[in-house]
Amino acid sequence: MTAAVTPAPRRRPGTWRRTTGRVLTHVGVVVVVLYCLAPFYWMVVSAFRRPDDQFDNAPLPSQWSVRNFSAVFKPGVGFGRALLNSVVVAGFTTAITLIVGTVTAYALARLRFRFKNAVLGMVIATSMFPGISLIIPLLKLFSDIGWINTYQAMILPTLSFALPLAVWNLTAFFRQMPFELEQAAMVDGCTRGEAFRKIIIPLAAPGVFTTAILTFIAAWNEFIIALSMVNKKEMQTATVSISKFTGAYGFDQPFGTQMAAGVIVTVPLVIIVLIFQRRIIAGLSAGGVK
Amino acid sequence: MTTTTTAGPAAARRRRRGDVQGSGRLAATLLSPTFIVLALVVGYPVISAFRESLYQRGQGLDAQGFVVQGDKFVGLRNYTDIFTGPNSDAFWNAFWNTTFFTVVTVVLETVLGVAMALVMHRAFRGRGLVRASILVPWAIPTVVSGLLWRWVFQADGVANAIIGKQVLWTTEGFHAKLAVIIADTWKTAPFVGLLVLAGLQVIPREVHEAARVDGAGAWHSFWRITLPMVKPVLLVAVLFRLLDVLRMFDLPAVLIGLHKDSVETLTMIAYDEATNLRYGPAAAYATILFVYVAVVAYTFVKLLGADIIGDMRQTRASRPARPKRKPLAAAREVAA
Repeated sequence: MTAAVTPAPRRRPGTWRRTTGRVLTHVGVVVVVLYCLAPFYWMVVSAFRRPDDQFDNAPLPSQWSVRNFSAVFKPGVGFGRALLNSVVVAGFTTAITLIVGTVTAYALARLRFRFKNAVLGMVIATSMFPGISLIIPLLKLFSDIGWINTYQAMILPTLSFALPLAVWNLTAFFRQMPFELEQAAMVDGCTRGEAFRKIIIPLAAPGVFTTAILTFIAAWNEFIIALSMVNKKEMQTATVSISKFTGAYGFDQPFGTQMAAGVIVTVPLVIIVLIFQRRIIAGLSAGGVK
Repeated sequence: MTTTTTAGPAAARRRRRGDVQGSGRLAATLLSPTFIVLALVVGYPVISAFRESLYQRGQGLDAQGFVVQGDKFVGLRNYTDIFTGPNSDAFWNAFWNTTFFTVVTVVLETVLGVAMALVMHRAFRGRGLVRASILVPWAIPTVVSGLLWRWVFQADGVANAIIGKQVLWTTEGFHAKLAVIIADTWKTAPFVGLLVLAGLQVIPREVHEAARVDGAGAWHSFWRITLPMVKPVLLVAVLFRLLDVLRMFDLPAVLIGLHKDSVETLTMIAYDEATNLRYGPAAAYATILFVYVAVVAYTFVKLLGADIIGDMRQTRASRPARPKRKPLAAAREVAA
């Protein structure tokens, strides 16, 4: 950006241009970090305020309090059950997705067959379909067969985007493994199935694990399906439950409680993400999906 | 996992890298579980939505207040009602809202995402911190981020405190659109940044050095080298963002609310019809959105040549992924 000033002789460190470049980069780093974390920070801080000074805009609570958190788990709210429901839905979705997706991804990554590009294209295309066009007929179908307010009514539609995502990621991971390993195993007398079980799966474990995290997060964050398929409070997932929190005083939106619930829903994800950040970034970049 | 090979070990042993025989059948066996699931949860609903959109519910409630069974076939009337009927205003409003959100947020997210990626790429100190923090908006559920921004944007909230004005962000009006755009951009620009960063990292350092030796300035080398070389990655990221915003629901629904003209999107209007048990019109809205998304995706891929399958493409000649020769060659041309 400051290039035109001096042609910056090569190999002499510490020129003016480089210094400004470095300063700009540092400023950029600070800006990006603030951009990403400031709203999140605000949620955490607001959650820890006392309900009395909830509307205080000070950067730190004048008095820290966990009353918002205890309000989240008040018996009438049913948030504990909602968390459990989220775990069940996201957990089952992840498990089914991985079992079905691993097999398909193996074929897509390791076998040669006709129409492979078409198959890949179809898998990726299905993940782009707008959710609502799947939800409406399924909502009608599930009403007819009495599946409203059941776990399967949430899990099955969630597969529609979780499965393509997982197949895509797993295919990328399987492709990275050297083919020789499998061939060596097959030369040594393994069948293809054995080679898959004994060689590929253990080696692919990190990739499968990353995909599991990504799928779980996607399913955990899902909203419109859970909102449509359930009208009983006990079956609501955490995201739906938070959005429907009602205040103690009628029309007031209980922001403090919602922020506390938001922290409870988000912080486990953030911790997982921070622990596995390298893998997740690799997974997101390899898959390039969602 | 239970589907072991259908061919015997002898046949398997004979297969080599190319393994052509039997591979198709094995592939079909392995692919079928996914295709069965996708046919059930995607294929059937899409077709069924289209069928549904050609029907209307019977006369509604009977004397006892029960829903009368039996839909009647109305042909394209649901569609003509949507486009030109008495409620067509609501549709066109939702259509323009959706389009407006899509264009504005995708442009903002692309620009910010590329900027973030450049910063992350250059940063050596604090790199881990940036990477960690950039994943935070991505990991937060959209619903929670909607509530979070609703809290930030409420009347005596921190946003108004910072700008020193009293804007009622979450009421009807252009500011509501703005609030949605800000919240969406906050959540997804880092994600675009992450993908673009992956693209930046495969550009060999020498390319930029060569350009600098040849006297290219920072701006010039960004436009002529960096951008063309991350273009494939960027296009895919933009495509995913496009398709995601086109079906936006969670964020405006939670941040502003349902039934708000300023932010009502096509998904919201379809959802609303469905929750009022007007499945026919709801399915018609959903089908229109589906077609809209398909057209945008198709146009984008055809016009700009976004290669979604990318390295996974099966090339006819050889097995390994395409070498990254094309962008490199292009860069060499520019640098030369």
